[in-house]
Amino acid sequence: MAVGIEKPSVGLSRVAISETHGENGIEKPSVGLSRVAISETHGENSPYFAGWKAYDENPYDEIMNPSGVIQMGLAENQVSFDLIEEYLRQLPETSFGGDHVSNFRENALFQDYHGLPSFRKALATFMEQIREGKAKFDPARVVLTAGATAANELLTFILADPGDALLIPTPYYPGFDRDLRWRTGVEIVPIHCNSSNNFQVTRQALEEAYNSAKAMNVRVRGVLITNPSNPLGATVQRQVLEDILDFVTKKNIHLVSDEIYSGSTFSSSDFVSVAEILEARDYKEAERVHIVYSLSKDLGLPGFRVGTIYSYNDKVVTTARRMSSFSLVSSQTQQLLATMLSDKKFTENYVRTNRERLRKRYDMIIEGLKKAGIQCLKGKAGLFCWMNLGPFMDKPTKESELALWSLIVHEAKLNISPGCSCHCSEPGWFRVCFANMSEQTLEVALKRIHDFVNKQR
Amino acid sequence: MTQTPVSDYEDDKTRRPSSPSSRGGGTTAMRVIVPLQGVVQGRGGLILGSIIPCALFYFLQLYLKRNRSKSPSPPSSSSAENLPEVSVLHRSASRSFLSPRSSTGPAYVSSRANLIVKSGDSPYYVGLKKVNEDPYDKFANSDGVIQLGLAENNLTLDLVRDWLSENARDSIVGGDLSISGFATYQPFDGLMELKVAVAGFMSQVMNNSVSFNPSQMVLTAGATPAIETLSFCLADPGNAFLVPSPYYPGFDRDVKWRAGVELIPVPCRSADNFGLSITALDRAFTQAKKRGLKVRGMIISNPSNPVGNLLSKDMLYSLVDFAREKNIHIISDEIFAGSTHGNEEFVSMAEIIDTEDFDRNRVHIVYGLSKDLSLPGFRVGVIYSFNENVVDAARKLARFSSISAPTQRLLIPMLSDTRFIERFIRTNRERLRKMYTEFVTGLEQLGIKCAKSSGGFYCWADMSGLIRSYSEKGELELWDKLLNIAKINVTPGSACHCIEPGWFRCCFTTLTENDIPVVMERIRKISETCKSHS
Repeated sequence: MAVGIEKPSVGLSRVAISETHGENGIEKPSVGLSRVAISETHGENSPYFAGWKAYDENPYDEIMNPSGVIQMGLAENQVSFDLIEEYLRQLPETSFGGDHVSNFRENALFQDYHGLPSFRKALATFMEQIREGKAKFDPARVVLTAGATAANELLTFILADPGDALLIPTPYYPGFDRDLRWRTGVEIVPIHCNSSNNFQVTRQALEEAYNSAKAMNVRVRGVLITNPSNPLGATVQRQVLEDILDFVTKKNIHLVSDEIYSGSTFSSSDFVSVAEILEARDYKEAERVHIVYSLSKDLGLPGFRVGTIYSYNDKVVTTARRMSSFSLVSSQTQQLLATMLSDKKFTENYVRTNRERLRKRYDMIIEGLKKAGIQCLKGKAGLFCWMNLGPFMDKPTKESELALWSLIVHEAKLNISPGCSCHCSEPGWFRVCFANMSEQTLEVALKRIHDFVNKQR
Repeated sequence: MTQTPVSDYEDDKTRRPSSPSSRGGGTTAMRVIVPLQGVVQGRGGLILGSIIPCALFYFLQLYLKRNRSKSPSPPSSSSAENLPEVSVLHRSASRSFLSPRSSTGPAYVSSRANLIVKSGDSPYYVGLKKVNEDPYDKFANSDGVIQLGLAENNLTLDLVRDWLSENARDSIVGGDLSISGFATYQPFDGLMELKVAVAGFMSQVMNNSVSFNPSQMVLTAGATPAIETLSFCLADPGNAFLVPSPYYPGFDRDVKWRAGVELIPVPCRSADNFGLSITALDRAFTQAKKRGLKVRGMIISNPSNPVGNLLSKDMLYSLVDFAREKNIHIISDEIFAGSTHGNEEFVSMAEIIDTEDFDRNRVHIVYGLSKDLSLPGFRVGVIYSFNENVVDAARKLARFSSISAPTQRLLIPMLSDTRFIERFIRTNRERLRKMYTEFVTGLEQLGIKCAKSSGGFYCWADMSGLIRSYSEKGELELWDKLLNIAKINVTPGSACHCIEPGWFRCCFTTLTENDIPVVMERIRKISETCKSHS
């Protein structure tokens, strides 16, 4: 059953999945599952994931399968993994599972949802480092979760009730539809942004979104922004952050700032964290602000499942801590990373080198796309760029965009993400990831785009 | 005295007084007027006459409520005191009903968040806090609080530690630390190699009487999210699970908090050694139905926590029969399966399903490494289901609670080291048995009897002889004395929803043998003061 990406997801009925049709033998009342279990809100049947299926069935490999589909839809950072590997290999035995008696006892048994103090401190320090000391982070406000996916869901459970809504600027990360809505029952109301001002959030757009929620009789509990943005790869301007803060204060709602790409800016001066703004305002009204972070992107360690909620609201911190019982970070991983993140020499070198390499990749892909006559949004961060294929579409419609996307997946054999999967209101934009492959593979991909575009002319 | 079980298919409507809508045709107005007239004149129609004004009142309230929620409600302060004690969040219930109101204060926090603020005061958490603040140490702090409230096993940690110190580093960074092992996203429900290793481990732990299929497995960051995920999959908010009591206090959080599923205790009694009876299950099911609650399943713990009972094969068969009759699920929490110390042998639900042609779609097993392998910090839990759709849904939900990659890599060789595992299981059981026997004997010498138990890290002690009033209040007074005067942290039965006051769960696996006399001496002192008062 096909499910469109933008419609509110419609689950299969119990009738649809039940065995009562009796075709599998004796007709017994089959034992039912919950609405959550049968709902389609996980989105895995949407076109966004259809591209992934194409990749799974025919993955590109430089040597074994050079004509396979190149995965450009996965925002993973593999460009600096060698630094991590080198570091891990020179670590002593004790960092991996503890061999000193008391160390080990603490570690294997440690399931305190407060988290390992040394790791919390190291994480807070790392977050400061990424922001070049422009904001301070108190380890006591760091709540650990198994990944940012869990952090975002957890915050949603805490800040909103079923049926309430969060306002999110479009285009946004497709995973939010699942992570913020599936089990929580909370809705997402889009804040529409467009290319006329580089997709920045405007005061008017905020008001419009808020009012449209009100008109649907839905209570807005907060605004959630991703800064740097996914899929735009742009950072939110200081003035816009100020406007958003003023807006949430006026409406007395929350602000969640997902800063998961804050360490992946191409130049350190480009990123302004909401934490800086709060500090400048002397932390007035800070109780409504919560930051989400993770090591999956900046450190390229998504498998480690390390995320955090940093909240300026004591009650949210306490509640989030307790709720994190459903999503704790392995104590062994905390121990390992505490060592790594406390190593100032390593982290400084890593952050700097990672930035340089990402910047190099970004320049490479922008250049390559330019040669093919494709424009991109000016990006400042992230593992992807936001490219405009509008000029290559016959009609500025979602259908055209999906048709073009289908061609790219099946002919050019590139899995990229169509803007509609990100709820972009302007058809023709696509997100293209560049950090999850080698430079050679990126060359191959760029050539394919070049050839594809030429064919279209 | 067994009631005839009410069939699922009986029409509930026939038992309610007939409402106006059940009569066909006619004007509503006449129906309202006539019975009211009847009421006034004292004739029949009394029932109807009282229903209608009640109905009108109800609709009036509904109307007012709806209009109230239309206007932008002023954001509320997060004071938990204004909240009624709500144990279940019904999604259908008006949210405005639950949210506190005030015109000033910081942005609203959900009613779910407010729920948990209250639970922090439960004896379970208060006791843990006290221990953390003032932990007993034989040399450094001999007056500190002795921890008997945490079901953690320190007895065989040395074996695990030794294995790790020899193998940990290599299993993570040894060999091909290829990018695909670390830097990339892994399947959220766990690496297949780990599932294979866990399946083998579970078999070994359960005396090789049953084998587990890795593709029916979903790995989660601990058994806590395993229980919660199953709750999300098997029931809708407002539905209910039956759970034999006394039960593990954590279930209240795991099942109710976010999944919104109600727990209906099925009381077990000391006269039966707290064994489960189908009669009691049936009664609880019927009563729930009468209250309008839809029971979707039952959660059984085997070995049980806090009593330590094992379920017999017969009982397991009976439970499956019951589940089939009522068309509900069974969640079998078998997390202590390897931690048996008695003479009885553990039988897993998987063994029953293995051998007979039952409706396998209703059986789901929860397991984990926190107890049997003493690794709660590593966060490894298992959902094992015979229902494809549940495995599928749970797999997708696993993204919210995945196991960390390096930890997975570490555990694969450990769990696959069958010789080490065999030695560990054997040694662990021996040490458990020893401690259990000594501890229970110690209590017996003080005149405190324990329920007969065959597994787990604790004994279930009857201290009702020491409480002043045979009530929950009396029990909590004793608990308080034990915590603050005797300075031992035990878990009171009321925290486990036990209907008989005076029972306490005492975990002995965080002690060494030398600590036992210390504990007994402290209890003896308290029991003397208690007796001298009575």
